[in-house]
Amino acid sequence: MTNLPTTTAKKLGLVIDLDTCVGCHACVISCKGWNTENYGVPLSDQDPFGENPTGTFLNRVHSYEIQPPDLGLGAAPAQLVHFPKSCLHCEDAPCVTVCPTGASYKRVEDGIVLVNEQDCIGCGLCAWACPYGAREMDAEAKVMKKCTLCVDRIYNENLPERDREPACVRTCPSNARHFGDFADPDSNVSILTAERSGMDLMPEMGTKPVNKYLPPRVKDRDHNQEIDILSPLLAPVATETAGFLGWLDKALDAMPSPSKSDSPKDSYKGGSN
Amino acid sequence: MPKDQPILDTSPKVSDEVRKTTCYMCACRCGIDVHMKYGKVAYIEGNKDHPVNQGVLCAKGSAGIMQVNAPSRLKAPLKRVGPRGSGEFKEISWEEALTIATDWLKPIREKAPEKLAFFTGRDQSQSFTSLWAQGFGTPNYAAHGGFCSVNMAAAGIYTMGGAFWEFGQPDWDHTKMFVLFGVAEDHDSNPIKMGIGKIKNRGARMVGVNPIRTGYNAVADDWFGITPGTDGLLIMALIHELFKAGKLDLDYLARFTNASCIVNEDPNSSQNGLLLRDSDGQPQVINKNTGHLAPWNGQGVEPDLGTTYRTAGVTHRPVFHLMVDRFLDPKHAPEMVSDATGISTGRIKRLAADMAHVAFDQAIELDRPWTDFRGKKHPKMIGRPVSMHAMRGISAHSNGFQTCRALHTLQIILGAVETPGGMRFKPPYPKPATAHPKPHGKVTPGAALNGPHLGYPHGPEDLMLHEDGSAIRIDKAFTWDNPLSAHGMMHMVISNAHAGDPYKIDTLFMYMANMSWNSSMNTTGVMEMLTDKDEDTGEYVIPRIIYSDAYSSEMVAFADLILPDTTYLERHDCISLLDRPISEADGVADAIRWPVIEPDRDVRGFQSVLCELGARLDLPSFVNEDGSQKYEDYADYITNHIRRPGIGPLAGFRMGENGLTEGRGEPNEDQLDSYIKNGGFWVSHVPKEASYYKPFNMAYQSWAVKMGFYDSEQPYIFTPYVEPLRRMQLAAEGHGRVQPPDHLREQIKRTMDPLPMWYAPLSDDLIDTGEFNVHALTQRPMAMYHSWGTQNAWLRQIHGINPLYVPTKIWEQHGFTEDDWAKVSSPSGVITVPVAHMAALNENTVWTWNAIGKRKGAWALDEKSPEATEGFLLNHLIHELLPEKADGMRWSNSDPITGQAAWFDLRVKIEKVAAPNEAQPVTPAQKSPVGYGPKSQAWKVGQ
Repeated sequence: MTNLPTTTAKKLGLVIDLDTCVGCHACVISCKGWNTENYGVPLSDQDPFGENPTGTFLNRVHSYEIQPPDLGLGAAPAQLVHFPKSCLHCEDAPCVTVCPTGASYKRVEDGIVLVNEQDCIGCGLCAWACPYGAREMDAEAKVMKKCTLCVDRIYNENLPERDREPACVRTCPSNARHFGDFADPDSNVSILTAERSGMDLMPEMGTKPVNKYLPPRVKDRDHNQEIDILSPLLAPVATETAGFLGWLDKALDAMPSPSKSDSPKDSYKGGSN
Repeated sequence: MPKDQPILDTSPKVSDEVRKTTCYMCACRCGIDVHMKYGKVAYIEGNKDHPVNQGVLCAKGSAGIMQVNAPSRLKAPLKRVGPRGSGEFKEISWEEALTIATDWLKPIREKAPEKLAFFTGRDQSQSFTSLWAQGFGTPNYAAHGGFCSVNMAAAGIYTMGGAFWEFGQPDWDHTKMFVLFGVAEDHDSNPIKMGIGKIKNRGARMVGVNPIRTGYNAVADDWFGITPGTDGLLIMALIHELFKAGKLDLDYLARFTNASCIVNEDPNSSQNGLLLRDSDGQPQVINKNTGHLAPWNGQGVEPDLGTTYRTAGVTHRPVFHLMVDRFLDPKHAPEMVSDATGISTGRIKRLAADMAHVAFDQAIELDRPWTDFRGKKHPKMIGRPVSMHAMRGISAHSNGFQTCRALHTLQIILGAVETPGGMRFKPPYPKPATAHPKPHGKVTPGAALNGPHLGYPHGPEDLMLHEDGSAIRIDKAFTWDNPLSAHGMMHMVISNAHAGDPYKIDTLFMYMANMSWNSSMNTTGVMEMLTDKDEDTGEYVIPRIIYSDAYSSEMVAFADLILPDTTYLERHDCISLLDRPISEADGVADAIRWPVIEPDRDVRGFQSVLCELGARLDLPSFVNEDGSQKYEDYADYITNHIRRPGIGPLAGFRMGENGLTEGRGEPNEDQLDSYIKNGGFWVSHVPKEASYYKPFNMAYQSWAVKMGFYDSEQPYIFTPYVEPLRRMQLAAEGHGRVQPPDHLREQIKRTMDPLPMWYAPLSDDLIDTGEFNVHALTQRPMAMYHSWGTQNAWLRQIHGINPLYVPTKIWEQHGFTEDDWAKVSSPSGVITVPVAHMAALNENTVWTWNAIGKRKGAWALDEKSPEATEGFLLNHLIHELLPEKADGMRWSNSDPITGQAAWFDLRVKIEKVAAPNEAQPVTPAQKSPVGYGPKSQAWKVGQ
């Protein structure tokens, strides 16, 4: 059994915005690339050009279809939610306490949960203990792999300061991933979580995950708002659409058009020359 | 730190060196930082300083390392030794390969250059490859635009001087409502994702109009799951509502569009329906200040939308009056189109109301004075913050051109083009059709073509027709079948060459175009055409095929001679302003690729090969006066080629009188090094006062001339009324010397309307839509792209299979359950494929991911790979010709205006069937010339 620190100085983690994630898998592959070349053993692939290609990934995007409830205005169309998932760096991380060798640990300085690969015996208990399925055993090296929050990027003095963030955050094209310190109430991630009602993933498991998810905003207004007071339906300028000149006059009246004031009205009333 | 917490080096060395170049994992062309260790590629990430992607990078881009190391890379030139299609080759030397090519091509050039058909696929060097083809003298050159999105591109150019993607973008910083029509998830992908992130962060509204709710549409605030092929109907209904309510930017329409130009309405005139012009040929408006006719661009003229002009007993009206007649027609009312589009009347009305509300009640004013081409000073820039974007979804239909025109007209009537918050052009666009070349096709044996192949016709005289009315080009582009085929019609080349219609060819030369597989309609038929032999001679009907590709694709197996290309990190390229630029609205930009690694195989960059082949063939532009090779390789061409005085392939770091300059300048021997030092790109920012209203803004016009986009200021107005279309109609009505064949007259009159209109997809008239009552679409996943690259070891773990996604209604109707299979039939083919349920989908539409299905033996994949056993192509169901008409004729399955391949007109019927062993039809395996991939991989370059 391995002990968790009672507190950590920082609580580094991610905010993942489910309203903005388009499911492009950019984070999945930048993570695969960085972590193949960096922390620990490479992320291997089995049968990569064959019948059943599988490999180690520290971050995967799952997609779920959901059917919103009928609010009395007819069933809203189904929605597709993209759900990126990696280690949530829990405060009460069951993957750490279950580790028989101390290989799994949570850092006291920033709360990042890591595997010390030298001490990992590949027993897989931690993966069983994790309710999120966030750890993957590398089939080639037989050691447990997991998100490191790019611990080898975020403090790396060999990188320019602007690049000291996790690879998945740096690469996310729609800016759906944010990195910061949840222990600081003024941090970007704390503010986003407060403003957008950030949620824990499966809080009932009691793991106290650090990472937060921002829920999708309410969609398909026509199925949940009967009347939009901001934008009533357009009123026709002329009920008789056949009468062009009448319509045009009314259209010009209705328009905040600079040309209207400096043009004589009767220029619309017929031919010239 | 507790004593059992390991000591961790949090500052490990990242790489020996970062080399900055341009991605080529799709056509987005993002800047990338390639981290090198021990001379090898270790990691690829986005370049934070790059104008396109600003540091972000998609899954494809980050997986580039798997592309560069792919086992499917070709290793050396190949000569076919087995039958076509078998994949049996022997490796030969480059000298032998180039000698064979020269021996084949030289006699053709001397006798009949048109016997060479040279078509490039997802080529990003078209200004170079077209120069080569022009020098050869064949009229038969184009790239892949005809089967991609020419409707979008051509409709944009003809209507307002540019469309989306390379041409223009939403004003992400100011827009308050973003409406996305029919976009696959791959085009302009990172900029769109970045934009969506930006507007969502600001709380702006995003609307998605797409039969399929994946990707961008999954995050849209409102989704309109429209019936395929009816986008034009929806757009016309929105325009109808806006006209009916008078929610139009009349000032903008009067000043900056040809809505104010006077139409010749004399029914007896041969110019009927064209604009009245003065003796200088300028369209006429009525000047509010005088009440008299005046040229559209006269100084101080205030064009009037309302007044008519009466002469010789005939009243001539401004275009605007014709627009009112067209768009107020009750047939365009939301009530009338609700059933066909699958969108309720109320939702259509509310969408129109939203657009009007944002455009006019939430208008933007920027305190930036500017002066228009009539000399009028405007104190502010007024913005209508409704922005739109569209691409292949609305484009790849036989009514796509007019649908794209309708979309641009919707933008224009809102005053939302080149205004703050709307759509913004990217320099060197905007550029109207009149500023582009016309098509050229005059063949002279042994000499160059008389000009560039592709362009924008303005009337029947510009078509590529012989005196007897027969087609000049093998693809029949620029004929009466599809007069405005500005990108050519690559999808017709093989079937026309096989049929010998309009004539037989000798050599088919292709680059990066998987024509025997996912880039052709009627894939099985195309494979038969490529392998068909003449019964009398025993020779192949298409006698010779030369193909260049970097990977062991399906098309490789059908070629006689393979010229192996490099991967994108092993080559020079230029992303040129002469081609498909990477500019942003606020800056003009171009970029390069350079060999960040050297090939470890006997392969050469295709463009460098063309430099040598061009010299061996004595092509003008490729030889010096003494007959020696002019450009040693593509890098030499990029540096030293002069297109017009002062203008070369790259606009940055040119040589001026007093040192480095940009835009116009002499060649600079160190130009590529300057690009490399600058991060692989060059950007120059648009002056603030020139940032909007670009076609009309004299500050922009003078900057554009300074930068060399054109040689004199040429302001223009948008053209919701497109005269070239009317000129074609006039010919169909019997006017003029160049006349269409009688069987096409009615179609031309009906479809080539100078104002946007809608007609049902052409195939709907020829098939039983009651029997074939399901629409079938494909799209590409954001994490995968064209098969121009190989099936990628990492990405195929995300998208290795492509079921047919079936909506709930059809799923339940057929009693489908998980792991079921369906027989899917169209009038021209049958496939049997796995199905999966998807609820977030138009109820009459099925779809699948494109180009996941592979032929056995291709791409160095195991023959048991899911791509080769369960993967499939819808292409088998799509014929390049429409079903027979009553007169027995079969027409191209294309837009009748531009020739765009009508992929998305496909209708099918579905039956549940017992699961076969594998997806049907099964194509026998090709032999892999490169072997197969490894059984496992785990490597770290830095170890």
